[in-house]
Amino acid sequence: MIWIALKMLMGDRAKYLGLIFGVTFATLLMTQQISIFMGILERTASQINDVREAEIWIMDGKVRFIDEVPGLPDMYLHRVRGIEGVNWAVRFYKGQVRARLENGDFRNLVLLGLDDDTLVGAPQEMIAGDLADLRRPDAVIVDKAGYEYMWPKEPYQIGRTFELNDRRAVLVGVCKASPPFTTLPILYTRYSAAAGYVPRERNLMNFILASPAPGHDVDNVCHVIQEKTGLQALSQKAFRKKTLDYFLASTGIPVNFGITISLGFIVGAAITGQTFYLFTLENLKQFGALKAMGVNNLRIMGMILIQAFVVGVIGYGFGIGLTAAFFEATSGITHLAGLHLNWLAALGVGAAVLVIITLTALVSVRKVLVLEPAIVFR
Amino acid sequence: MNESQPAVICESVTKEFGAGELRTRALSGVDLNVHPGEMTLLVGPSGCGKTTLISIIAGLLNPTAGQVRVLGETISSMKNRTLVDFRRRQIGFVFQQYNLLPALTAAENAAVPLLISGWNRTQAIDQARTVLEAIGMGNRANAYPHQLSGGQQQRVAIARALVHAPKLLVCDEPTAALDAHSGHTVMELISKVAVQPDRAVIIVTHDSRIYNFGHRIITMSDGRVEKVETLHNSGLPADVKSAT
Repeated sequence: MIWIALKMLMGDRAKYLGLIFGVTFATLLMTQQISIFMGILERTASQINDVREAEIWIMDGKVRFIDEVPGLPDMYLHRVRGIEGVNWAVRFYKGQVRARLENGDFRNLVLLGLDDDTLVGAPQEMIAGDLADLRRPDAVIVDKAGYEYMWPKEPYQIGRTFELNDRRAVLVGVCKASPPFTTLPILYTRYSAAAGYVPRERNLMNFILASPAPGHDVDNVCHVIQEKTGLQALSQKAFRKKTLDYFLASTGIPVNFGITISLGFIVGAAITGQTFYLFTLENLKQFGALKAMGVNNLRIMGMILIQAFVVGVIGYGFGIGLTAAFFEATSGITHLAGLHLNWLAALGVGAAVLVIITLTALVSVRKVLVLEPAIVFR
Repeated sequence: MNESQPAVICESVTKEFGAGELRTRALSGVDLNVHPGEMTLLVGPSGCGKTTLISIIAGLLNPTAGQVRVLGETISSMKNRTLVDFRRRQIGFVFQQYNLLPALTAAENAAVPLLISGWNRTQAIDQARTVLEAIGMGNRANAYPHQLSGGQQQRVAIARALVHAPKLLVCDEPTAALDAHSGHTVMELISKVAVQPDRAVIIVTHDSRIYNFGHRIITMSDGRVEKVETLHNSGLPADVKSAT
């Protein structure tokens, strides 16, 4: 009977393709939007992720997320270094500055000030130039997307200069970095150089990066630091979660994406449900004939479920394929870098498609189950 | 089934639809016997209860009152699951609008009752081809319903109704959608192939042109059997008479 069910399904080409289109469209829209949403959320914590060496982030006790951080007096650095269980601790600055380029254009940038001695938080992979050159006077390194944003369509040119807060900056390298939430260029420099680039504030250092001593648990060390300094000390994982939670709770991003994703679900379910229902209605006489000939309701239900399941699997496959093709095709676009087909999104959408086809099948099944086989004589 | 016994016995069969003021009586105490080896025609004006009666005999509707015995089984008191199984094994159906599955070829359509019974697909289709050959449709076994004329589709429907060798064949207006020539061909086919000593054939029809194919004609009116005529020497063409 499965064979008959599939023949019935595929025999009506227009509806069959319509059904697959509905599921494909829903899958594409939902998977793409969820993947972009998750990618953008991941970007909110990209600077946290990019600091590989430090497991502990220490900041003001009231900090809610990475982009809203007041400065700390330098004495906190010494206090943290003196706490048992802390292997090492260094300064770290994150803020925004405005660059004036050679041609007079200006660009806002994310400026990261790295500890002068250790360069903790430095980029992991250079595309052009040498990381060691960051120790030279006025040296800065920019990320690839930032370079393309500041000097579009120009080849990498090490040694070019521009101004930050009326002070000279010399580009010594181009690196790979995770794209930030704001899509601004990321500029790396030494902490001492950053002090000259940013408008004067009483306290510049807004983070202390630390590592637990061997044999010490990260969370325990964080707890001790908090107790002894009154600052907020978080593991990298906890800080990333705190930042993500802030964006989820305090911005319109989830709502906007949620609306699009819901629309994908609703439109997909509507197209699929309506087409499948019409398909079943048009085959009602055939189902009635099968019932008259001795097919019981259970087998009829199985036939309809298998039809819905096949449509769901094929549509889902096409949808995921198209989403993957979309991200593959856009992988070279700088501003979309880092956005990819998220397997969790694919899994979640798979569950949503299952819900769509199950609902669709149930609505249609009901119509057939209550069908009197005597309809064939009317 | 004992061939001397009636294949179908209806005793005081009543069927009502609806409830309260909307209650309508479609059949009123119908008594009827249908014998194996005979073609019984159920005739009468629209709304007289023919379709309701054939639906009850075929186990597609339950009577409100009365008893229906088909092939020795009291189907009016059968549980639904048993009844579905009984229909699958014992009854063949020919519908007015053929009700062939448009996505299946003639052979595949004719094989459906065997597939429902759990036959292997290849064997079922082979068996269906044999039946199609027997009714002169072997050369159209791979055609889809939309590639066949109305008469050819009805012949495929007849093959489908007979492929599992049922003991009761129920036909609803088998010639209503056909022109005179096709209708005659279909009735000749039913007379030749379907009417067998161990099989009863019941045909509901409005078509007076086919009355002479029947062994008995049961005329209904207002939900009752008005008249039963036995045609001992029916007007069948000579070749048909010899075949039956």
